[in-house]
Amino acid sequence: MSKKNANDRQIRDSGSITLTAVKYVVLTIGALVMMFPFIWMLLTSLKTLPEAISIPPQWMPSDPQWVNYEYSWNLVPFGMFFRNTIWVGILSVVVTLVLSILGAYAFSIYSFPGHNLCFYLFMLTMMVPNEILIIQNYVTCSKLGMLDSFSGIVLPTVANGFYIFMLQEYFLQTPPSLFKAAKVDGCSNLKYLIKVVIPMNVNAIVTVAILTFITAWNSFMWPLIVTMSDEHTLLSVGLLRFRQASSSNLHNQMAAACIVLIPMVVFYIIFHKKIMEGVASGGTKG
Amino acid sequence: MEKVKTAKKEKQPKYRLVEMSDGTLRVRSAWAYAYILPAMALLLLFTLYPLVMVLRTAFYQKYIYITNTGTGFGMSSFIWVLKDPTFWMACKNTLILLLIALPITLVIALGAALLINSIKKLQGFFQTVYFLPYVTSTIAIGMAFLWLFHSDYGYINYFLEFLGIPPQKWLTDPDLMIVTLSIFSIWNGLAFKILLFLAGLQKINKQVYQAARIDGASPAKTLFRITLPLLSPTIWMVILVSVIYVARTFNEVYAMFVSYAGGAAGTGNAAITIMYYIYWMFYDQGKVNYAAAAAILFLIVIILITVVQRVVSKKFVHYV
Repeated sequence: MSKKNANDRQIRDSGSITLTAVKYVVLTIGALVMMFPFIWMLLTSLKTLPEAISIPPQWMPSDPQWVNYEYSWNLVPFGMFFRNTIWVGILSVVVTLVLSILGAYAFSIYSFPGHNLCFYLFMLTMMVPNEILIIQNYVTCSKLGMLDSFSGIVLPTVANGFYIFMLQEYFLQTPPSLFKAAKVDGCSNLKYLIKVVIPMNVNAIVTVAILTFITAWNSFMWPLIVTMSDEHTLLSVGLLRFRQASSSNLHNQMAAACIVLIPMVVFYIIFHKKIMEGVASGGTKG
Repeated sequence: MEKVKTAKKEKQPKYRLVEMSDGTLRVRSAWAYAYILPAMALLLLFTLYPLVMVLRTAFYQKYIYITNTGTGFGMSSFIWVLKDPTFWMACKNTLILLLIALPITLVIALGAALLINSIKKLQGFFQTVYFLPYVTSTIAIGMAFLWLFHSDYGYINYFLEFLGIPPQKWLTDPDLMIVTLSIFSIWNGLAFKILLFLAGLQKINKQVYQAARIDGASPAKTLFRITLPLLSPTIWMVILVSVIYVARTFNEVYAMFVSYAGGAAGTGNAAITIMYYIYWMFYDQGKVNYAAAAAILFLIVIILITVVQRVVSKKFVHYV
């Protein structure tokens, strides 16, 4: 009886080992499909043009052409695009954080007439696709003299109802007893925000910062419309300009694409836990 | 709605503490407006005001963009847009992305998430690899896809030759362009959905599986009777988010079919989506009132979808 059971288990175990192996094989193939464009880009960026366009494909560059990167870096002012993108990223993060923290704090700590109305207005920004607002925002920016400027890129995108909503949920979890104690000690509301609420919710705030930074780094449609000069062009738009300028030099195009991608990949490798946590808890994109 | 419980006047004459119905403590003070003001000002200026103005622009018979003035109110812009074959092409393409590409993405993502969730080693590794496309620029990745789909030098045609399929003009054949766009958006959309499905799977109580095993449930039965029903709120949430997201497809079109200088979405505008149509009308064609009319039509559809989703989720999705 017990022997039969052991036999059964062995059969089941060997079955599950095959199953596990199949799972890993399928997942590895999937991972290769997901990674393929990245790997191919990286390899192609180091090839010569004949190597890059040869059919049948030559997978590995015979002699890494680092000069492709030098050429691409100089064909359009990528250095300037980088500075611009980093600057826009930082600006977006700082302004978004200030606005969202203050807004979320007001909703979580205050009771005031119009509380719900204001809240629904902020929910509206989550409902209305930004893209349909560009038509009017372009006019507004031109009237305010913000066309082709960093404030023009950043300001229309930072009042984000989603982050206010998300931070508010976190802020509400601060124990009321803490608030009572602070009030008894004569702590002002602003001081309570800075000394208690922000330190207690650093995690959520960092998540908002990282998500905002990624969104700003990859933002495309609005910067494309609102900027013109090199001094305010972001990487994603600059890359398209490069594609135009380089005609059909595949190897140089891939070098340029890698220039844009690699910093984000490094950023992702460093912060991947935080990023995935943030996106999973938020559940939005764009 | 709210009860005033503690109003200690002797210590804090400036604030009135209010206990809300949900047990949280709040301060009744006009200072709240100061905290909201910065965000609210930008919200009014860059979301609410443009929304109203786009509505107004859409109803102008004639509109001059430079002065932002128009004359005559009427439905002519809407009628023009509704008669424009390009608009219907954009609707058709967006529907293909929604009804064919999105379900494929969801199924693949669900499968991948189930697989990743069922293994013990390297779970984090696979999760990290599959999520990478989410953080990378669609424009940059699009440049790689552009060449992979190239009719002469592209690896995709090269691989297809092994399967006996003749080389296709993925980027220029009007019938194939939507297929190409769908493949790119499936690849691009997987990361986000896999992550959310995994997060949902990890929330399911492990004891349920133990109980199922003790009862001798087969893996298939476990999947269909336990995992999927318990995951249904997550699946529904992912559908809600991605329908709106896919309806807004723009970057993928621009990356694959449009040059830096702008213009039509590929040969004969065959890869156009609604979002690209709005952009194209506005920025390329300069027909702002038509762009506004299309934007309003799009908004109405989005609102309708949201309402339908609300009703459906109230009726059919059981939250655990």
